[in-house]
Amino acid sequence: MEKQKSIVSLLKAKQDTILQEWEKEQFSAGKFRADLISPDELKQQMRDFWDSLLKALGQEERVDLSDEGWKPVRSLLTELSKSRAKLGFTPSETALFVFSLKKPIFQLIQDTFQNDPARLQKELWDLNTLLDSLGLFTTETYIRSKEEIIRRQQEEMLELSTPVVKIWEQIVAVPLIGTLDSARTQTVMENLLQEIVAASATVAIIDITGVPTVDTLVAQHLIKTVSAARLMGAECIISGIRPQIAQTMIHLGVSFQDITTKATLAEAIKYGLSQVGYRISKME
Amino acid sequence: MEQIPILKLGKFLLVTIQVDMHDQLALRLQDELTNRIVKENAKGVLIDISALEIVDSFIGRTLANIAAMARILDAETVVVGMQPAVAITMVELGLSLPGVRTALNVERGMEILSSLVQVDSDAPPPA
Repeated sequence: MEKQKSIVSLLKAKQDTILQEWEKEQFSAGKFRADLISPDELKQQMRDFWDSLLKALGQEERVDLSDEGWKPVRSLLTELSKSRAKLGFTPSETALFVFSLKKPIFQLIQDTFQNDPARLQKELWDLNTLLDSLGLFTTETYIRSKEEIIRRQQEEMLELSTPVVKIWEQIVAVPLIGTLDSARTQTVMENLLQEIVAASATVAIIDITGVPTVDTLVAQHLIKTVSAARLMGAECIISGIRPQIAQTMIHLGVSFQDITTKATLAEAIKYGLSQVGYRISKME
Repeated sequence: MEQIPILKLGKFLLVTIQVDMHDQLALRLQDELTNRIVKENAKGVLIDISALEIVDSFIGRTLANIAAMARILDAETVVVGMQPAVAITMVELGLSLPGVRTALNVERGMEILSSLVQVDSDAPPPA
């Protein structure tokens, strides 16, 4: 307790020097991202972090980031990592915000305890552990916020990309765009089957013009969807198979046997209409 | 003892599953339906499963079997009203009912049956 206090008071006494040195580190060539953050903003962040760090060090005996006293530091670093993840900093650059503090502090400790090697080592170790855990915390938060962004985008994509449209009475179509994975196929399948019931459709068109590649897995997914639709009493047509895709599919040994396929959506619609007793004809 | 009714409708048999199927019930239906097809000399069977909300692997397989058995007994089989969730489950279980006709509801199913049997009776009698 006594020792901890003395370190805090030492850091407090020398804080101007430390902050100056730290600033030098932060603004040194290659580290400072002038394109992403203004010098004033960075200085403010440093100042805030330093203040809350000193406060937490003074309050808590143990250095355990999950303790109540470290809460302000944690929330500050969380904010910082999140904003940096959004701005486009790399993980290293984000962690360096904390790690660059090492040099000035260690310098100070070394100067102070020059004549007491045991003490010197102990203090260095303590501070090192502290700064390391803070740095790791920033990285972790950074990654977590990045993951959050990815997850949100995935959800948005899932919602965006599966509209089922009604072409005519008894005919529905689903234009697929982008790569098909298991999760998306599931959503597409469910939406399509629901719509077949709602529109009491007998023909369902799956248009894969927007699907960049069809491998065995995607084909498997498509076949499943077609089988499920057939079980409900609707005929499925797969349209929009591009020449390149037709070639790869045959090379892979995937052939949509027993499934009606058409080259274009127009052909599929024409075929579907004829199935339910309509004919498209040109006006006189 | 609960039972699934099998109704005779002209040349067709109509099976409407209104309760949740369990293993014994499915087996009994299989037994009774095949017997009735032979007895009534039915030309078509319509199985309405619109009230069926849950299928497990056994029920799914029994359904596929019943449909296949009816076909072997020379009765055209139409399964109607399958729920989306049931359809997905059946496909995941690998039971895509090959050779069995399907329709969205009883009305469409009857249309299909009528047209099929019509075609059959129009065909010239074997020499």
